[in-house]
Amino acid sequence: MIVAERKPIEEILPWLEGARSVLVLGCNECVTVCEAGGKKEAGMLAATLRLLFAKEGREVNVGERTLERQCDPEYLDELRDTIDGYDAVVSLACGVGVQFTAERYPSKPVYPGVNTCFMGAALERGVWAERCQGCGQCLLALTGAVCPVARCAKRLLNGPCGGSTAGKCEIGPDVDCAWQLIIDRLKALGRMADYERLIPVKDWSKDRAGGPRKVVREDVRP
Amino acid sequence: MNAKTPSRLEKILRAGHLAVTSECGPPRGSDIRHLVQKAETIRRHVDAVNITDNQTSVCRLCSLAACIRLKLMGLEPVLQMVVRDRNRIALQSDILGAASFDIHNILCLSGDHQRFGDHAQGQNVFDLDSMQLLQTVRRMRDEGRFLGGDPIERPPAMFVGAAENPFADPFEIRVPRLAKKIAAGAEFIQTQCIYNVERFERWMQGVRDRGLHEQAFILAGVTPLKSAGMARYMKNKVPGMDVPDEVVKRMAGVPKDRQAEEGITLCVETIQRLKEVPGIAGFHIMAIEWEERVPEIVERAGLAPRPAVP
Repeated sequence: MIVAERKPIEEILPWLEGARSVLVLGCNECVTVCEAGGKKEAGMLAATLRLLFAKEGREVNVGERTLERQCDPEYLDELRDTIDGYDAVVSLACGVGVQFTAERYPSKPVYPGVNTCFMGAALERGVWAERCQGCGQCLLALTGAVCPVARCAKRLLNGPCGGSTAGKCEIGPDVDCAWQLIIDRLKALGRMADYERLIPVKDWSKDRAGGPRKVVREDVRP
Repeated sequence: MNAKTPSRLEKILRAGHLAVTSECGPPRGSDIRHLVQKAETIRRHVDAVNITDNQTSVCRLCSLAACIRLKLMGLEPVLQMVVRDRNRIALQSDILGAASFDIHNILCLSGDHQRFGDHAQGQNVFDLDSMQLLQTVRRMRDEGRFLGGDPIERPPAMFVGAAENPFADPFEIRVPRLAKKIAAGAEFIQTQCIYNVERFERWMQGVRDRGLHEQAFILAGVTPLKSAGMARYMKNKVPGMDVPDEVVKRMAGVPKDRQAEEGITLCVETIQRLKEVPGIAGFHIMAIEWEERVPEIVERAGLAPRPAVP
């Protein structure tokens, strides 16, 4: 999933100066699972805003709504009848949802209520960790299904570097050395001979380096 | 073995002499006088001088400019190049820049993560890794081609080296990793500083078992300790460094004003012990901001005078 973190309210408030009605817009997908921008968090942010506006003596109508997802025009269209009643939208979706909402409603100010962090998974309740950077050319077959691009601080394709200590990365004792994990996996799979295969120079043009990316599937287009 | 490049370091190693290299860090400004002075101090006692490339991610005068300066002084520089800060275009471009000044040695490195330095908020590049940089330099030199495939007019004639840390984890891949670096094109290896000689000997045993010492020249790295405090710092704070307790104890066991001397003596003894290890082709003496003591270490370790090569 895409993992996000709630922005501090102090960062959001100044954007809403002068607004007389604000829609807090949650998303029922990834940000719900990582507890940053689902229905519950939309309700919490809306309640906080109401309280703060009241404290400032401002009469602001704060609405809340959570869409099935904000990365799909079909669901965004559900706002068509109500959105004109609001001066501003605070979207709690990932950066994709914020932009897609803004693209759908070009004259409406849409602000991000979360910081979009990474593609990752829950290690346990309340702890999420990065696993993929969407480099566009998956290498996991070569590395025992542990990604050096997402998990090595230097994204070394032929690691580890000299800073790997007791299974941890040189950047800190809380970070696993990806290459230690790769080696452990290769060992468990009986594939240690693969370690000595040099992974060739990567084609980063399929990564963000190549510019904004698009996937077109002619076979599924209408 | 015939030398493949005009590198003096390569000629000395191929002639079977124990080579001696050292290193100098460029200044944190544009005043080069101190570096020139450091280089002058060691020039008669070493075969080549590594110039570090923004080591520990602290921004400094560039390695390339400092190497050119040394070259113009008649010294033999080793251009250290990390893949942290430059993509494949910039790396190859700088290699050509170095080659245009007939800099004949390069050391291909990953580079410390930027979080250790003075620009922890910076982006890192890592377009290539250190092994891929080795492959790139060899391709440029041996095939006369850029990574992109186009031909190079007057390809770089560089003796290609890599670093290896026998003490990093996991220990079991430290020999396979060296094999991988040699397969990628490394012709000489400079190791991380050695304080744990026993562990280093175990690594060298593994290196010899695979005949890797015959495929690349292995220069054992040493760094004299200035004080017990430095020994403790190296032990606890520097990633991938193995400083045994007895080394710390030995340094702490002499009065503060004599610890520097003890550090030099320990360094000389380490070199002498390492000379007995089969497969060692030379020494890389990294005297951090202590270059003035290098001549003494070289002399006391029986490595002077340096051989003349044609």
